[in-house]
Amino acid sequence: MEKTDYKNVFVFAEQRDGVIQSVALELLGKAHELAGILNEKVVAVLPGHNISKHAQMLIEYGADEVICIDEPELKDYLTEQYAQTITQVVNKFKPSILMIGATTIGRDLGPRLAARLTTGLTADCTRLEISEEGELMMTRPAFGGNLMATIMCTEHRPQMSTVRPGVMQKMERDANRKGNVITFKPEFDKSKFLVRMVENVKVDKGKVDITDAKVLVSGGRGVGCKEGFEKLQALADVFPNAEVSSSRAMVDAGIIDHDRQVGQTGKTVRPDLYFALGISGAIQHLAGMEESDFIIAVNKDKFAPIFSVADLGIVCDLNKVVPLLTTRLAAEIEKK
Amino acid sequence: MNIVVCIKQVPNTNEIKINPETGTLIRDGVPSIMNPDDKGGLEMALRLKDQYGANVTVITMGPPQADAILREAFAMGADRAILLTDRKFAGADTLATSYALAGAIKTLDYDLIIAGRQAIDGDTAQVAPEMAEHLGLPQVSYAIDLKYNNGLCTVKKETEEGYQILEVPTPCVLTVLATANQPRYMSVKGIMEAFDKEVEIWTADKIDVDPNRLGLKGSPTRVKKSFTKPQKTPGQVYEVDAEEAVGIIISKLKEKFII
Repeated sequence: MEKTDYKNVFVFAEQRDGVIQSVALELLGKAHELAGILNEKVVAVLPGHNISKHAQMLIEYGADEVICIDEPELKDYLTEQYAQTITQVVNKFKPSILMIGATTIGRDLGPRLAARLTTGLTADCTRLEISEEGELMMTRPAFGGNLMATIMCTEHRPQMSTVRPGVMQKMERDANRKGNVITFKPEFDKSKFLVRMVENVKVDKGKVDITDAKVLVSGGRGVGCKEGFEKLQALADVFPNAEVSSSRAMVDAGIIDHDRQVGQTGKTVRPDLYFALGISGAIQHLAGMEESDFIIAVNKDKFAPIFSVADLGIVCDLNKVVPLLTTRLAAEIEKK
Repeated sequence: MNIVVCIKQVPNTNEIKINPETGTLIRDGVPSIMNPDDKGGLEMALRLKDQYGANVTVITMGPPQADAILREAFAMGADRAILLTDRKFAGADTLATSYALAGAIKTLDYDLIIAGRQAIDGDTAQVAPEMAEHLGLPQVSYAIDLKYNNGLCTVKKETEEGYQILEVPTPCVLTVLATANQPRYMSVKGIMEAFDKEVEIWTADKIDVDPNRLGLKGSPTRVKKSFTKPQKTPGQVYEVDAEEAVGIIISKLKEKFII
């Protein structure tokens, strides 16, 4: 491998049912920043079926070039089909960096690719920077969020990382951005296509993804029960784009669905406003929400670690605060 | 049917604390456990054994102390245990780890290889898919249920939106979530016998590998530095009644233009 042959920052543009996933746009935002430092291009790799119409959107969010791979075999994500495709793209176009969303798709594909390409992969990065030598510095939490580690891959290419949804920020969409669209035709070895999808079931959970909410009303052990969460929902309903989320304790107790869990083993969120209600603030929880713009914590225990990250802390019984706050806020918003 | 289950000994990360003065991990007194996702994988294998009479081999790579989780696996019902341990494996990242495991598994008879989705100390979820690639086997990750019928696995895979049903013929690799099942307890008889059974110790010479691809030498990634997160400056904390609390919250939200 000749390192100097490898150039440009590639982003795996994940789509599901033909819909570009938000994490792909977030990665383009980061890629744009990194490519600017390296003086290289941002290239989005878009595999799927009947998806070329989305290329322009990827350009508007920061891609300088889009490689479309439009094949019926790529309609739904399947490990081997996608691994063969991306391997061929990497071998032909030789990126220096390849970023993938840390979704159930990205975390299935990434390691498969890294092993096939004999290169390094760093999982669930929360920070990506370029060193003075022009190498990628990938920072990620370890030991349940207790420790951060910066990892590099200086002798192999591409430098690969996965990044969780909600961690990086999208660019402002710019309808005037221009870029090239390239079509790539992979050569499939279909004898290796051994996994068959029988069913892809979407369970309608009736709500928006918590990583997309501007306001999160998050409850922990202090909320206690389902009825407690109904009060939180009432508070959330006051805001135009708010959702209810929770700490792990309430998920383990079966009160809240896992897809609403914030933290190391749940989701990473960065809303404009995060209410931490009756959440003590275990380090695993903090790892998932401390980047929120403004954090308000309400807890009876004044020594709760949540107060160390809160921008505003209230030591009080949340059962008294939440209903009153709901009424008053509704009145304030009504006034406008 | 021969099933190989990959397991790992991990520190119970829920109990790890940071020394605030030195900024280092306090590992003393932190108990070591069998990684929860791996235990889910072992339980999945043992249920197949209950149903079809499979032969279950557990394998781990780690220091000699990892013997403890292999004995736990014996006590749960595993038939054979292998401990891959050698200084040549030290410093391995996920690629070198998966390569060593694949090199060991290659020498075994297997129909199905099961691993946990990810370990709670690293949370990477990379070793099993990389191992599947080295072995040239298909994989299904994030499995929460498995039905087996005459060489065909029907796997329920958890996704963000719900689940998928996937079919894959053996031999294949599955990665399993801890939530897939409730692992059985060790039986008393199992515990008694676990101490008499032999844990096979395998070194690098015993497995089918290129020594240059093991350990630190075979690892494309390097940890450049590790650190504890810089502390954020906490905001003001008020000990007030609900009435006053609501007033403070609303004025803050106005000040920040959130409402």
